[in-house]
Amino acid sequence: MTATDTSTGTIAPTTLAPKPRGGLAQSVHDSLVIARRNLIRMKRIPEIVVFGLIQPVMFVLLFAYVFGGSIAVDGSTDPKMFREFLMAGIFAQTVTFATAGSSAGIAEDMTKGLIDRFRSLPMDRGAVLTGRTIADLVQTTLTMVVLIIVALMVGWRIHNGIPKALAAIGLMLLLGYAFTWIGALIGLSVRTPEAATSAGLIWLFPLTFVSNAFAPTSGMPTWLQHIADWNPFSATVQAGRVLFGNPGVSQSDAWPMQHPVWASLFWSVLIIVVFRTLAVRKYRSATA
Amino acid sequence: MQDAIVAEGLVKTFGEVRALDGVDLNVPTGTVLGLLGPNGAGKTTTVRVLTTLLTPDSGRATVAGYDVLKHPDEVRRSIGLSGQFAAVDEYLTGRENLQMVGELYQMRGSAAKSRAQELLEWFNLAEAADRPAKTYSGGMRRRLDLAAALVVRPPVMFMDEPTTGLDPRNRLALWEVIQKLVADGTTLLLTTQYLEEADHLAHDIIVVDHGKVIARGTADQLKAQTGGERVEVVVHDRELIGTATEVLRGFSRDGVSVDKHTRRLTIPVQGGAKLLAEVIRELDARGIEIDDIGLRRPTLDDVFISLTGHHAEDADDDGDESGDGSGSAAEDTGSAAEGAAQTGKDDAR
Ligand SMILES: Nc1ncnc2c1ncn2[C@@H]1O[C@H](COP(=O)(O)OP(=O)(O)OP(=O)(O)O)[C@@H](O)[C@H]1O
Ligand SMILES: [Mg+2]
Repeated sequence: MTATDTSTGTIAPTTLAPKPRGGLAQSVHDSLVIARRNLIRMKRIPEIVVFGLIQPVMFVLLFAYVFGGSIAVDGSTDPKMFREFLMAGIFAQTVTFATAGSSAGIAEDMTKGLIDRFRSLPMDRGAVLTGRTIADLVQTTLTMVVLIIVALMVGWRIHNGIPKALAAIGLMLLLGYAFTWIGALIGLSVRTPEAATSAGLIWLFPLTFVSNAFAPTSGMPTWLQHIADWNPFSATVQAGRVLFGNPGVSQSDAWPMQHPVWASLFWSVLIIVVFRTLAVRKYRSATA
Repeated sequence: MQDAIVAEGLVKTFGEVRALDGVDLNVPTGTVLGLLGPNGAGKTTTVRVLTTLLTPDSGRATVAGYDVLKHPDEVRRSIGLSGQFAAVDEYLTGRENLQMVGELYQMRGSAAKSRAQELLEWFNLAEAADRPAKTYSGGMRRRLDLAAALVVRPPVMFMDEPTTGLDPRNRLALWEVIQKLVADGTTLLLTTQYLEEADHLAHDIIVVDHGKVIARGTADQLKAQTGGERVEVVVHDRELIGTATEVLRGFSRDGVSVDKHTRRLTIPVQGGAKLLAEVIRELDARGIEIDDIGLRRPTLDDVFISLTGHHAEDADDDGDESGDGSGSAAEDTGSAAEGAAQTGKDDAR
């Protein structure tokens, strides 16, 4: 055949695929490679991050000024009390709502040819999902920073010192991370990104509202109060209030309300273990 | 020589559709297999099964000596895949895409980086290397995808319609890449719609239709199966077709097929170029002016159409076109119908 000008180069000093690292080392490595890919995407599509910020900030302002004063906290209807009470709830809600983005993102990935490339590579099977959840965690952390600044501006305060406050934020981010695995499973279970956006959001409303996040549970019917007390989400909110030293800590006898830090940790780890297993299994069997 | 790719009795159904209906194939190490077939024949499905992307309902397959079902990870280490649709991340640059693939093949960061640079240059993408792939043209994306398949030099490669959407220059360049890979010992399974491409690159060819292998062999074997050489003459003057037919009859025991519409006469021959020269002299001696004359060998297109031409829609097409020439083809009955069908094909091209 006729030679073209490219014919002078060599295609390749032969480079065969190196031996797989195997095990945890490979899992971590591959997940970080994928996480970097997703972070680059975030950088190139800044709208995602920006809109991810607007919504929680709007929530802070709406709740603080619309409901502030109409809900009694520790027997007081002082709007300042309510704002201090509210923030732990808003923080926790923000990290969980971010999971809807994970659902949509993973569903979108699964519709693209790129997933075939990943699935034909000798890479760790869970890395595509783990990488995604890590990138989402980075985004959530960014959102949290902005949110804390806004919260401080509307009068929320930390009363128990920085280390405890950091522990509280850590628990919230861990909860958010755990929930991205539920989001991942949803994203893998529906076939279009559009469906994933709604499916990824719907379950979050009952989860975050049947809780102690926005109003004290004492006003709820007893049966609902039980659900709220054992809601994993409530445990993290309660832990936040305790660690930040905010008002409105639930006095319920339920174990998670008495030991919110342990309860929060327990729930988050349990969710990660269960849903990561399910999601990775689903990913492996999926044929995009 | 050992077979780098073996498939036995692959079956895959999607609901009602039997995408693969018992596909057997084998590709000896270091050779190229061209997988041909009409749209929906099952080419992509075959590639997806062999590259561990799809689990077959039944049948077995080994790639580079590993069972695709039992040892998918070993298979993945041994293969490079360029799928039918470019599998690149739109928001990553060309360079970032290639580096990512290199790292996922477990290359060191620095090795992945220099390999990416090499490939970008090789595939004429150096200038666009740092632009998101979203901004690439179709052909550029295709090339980036092929580069990704070559990040490591796996012993077995799969390319699903690699040159679809490439301009002629890039197509030739890719052919050359493929030939070099094969010269270095790579085994390649290639699907294509361009029969010329299979003719040029493939050692063996398999034609699939409706998920079944309907023919296999080298390009030459398949062509021989479809029919031998022919001499085709286009007579300038319509009035002289009769005379020309008489002349040609002297060269052929099997009769002359005539298409009055295009003034084309065809005879099957065995003598090759020598006989062609005789035909020309004889026609000249009788004062018959000709517009065109040539020795024609069946192309893979002929093979393809004669093998897969049984579809309802194709049959309709053939019907129309042979209808065109049928009035005139009655001239010589021997192979008139066949001649008309041939003419139909020529016109369609
Ligand atoms: N995921 C799927 N779900 C349902 N049907 C499918 C799926 N994948 C393939 N098919 C069907 O299987 C058959 C074979 O498809 P395949 O993609 O293998 O064809 P092909 O030979 O690659 O065709 P083309 O030349 O158009 O690329 C087609 O009828 C197709 O509709
Ligand atoms: Mg195809």
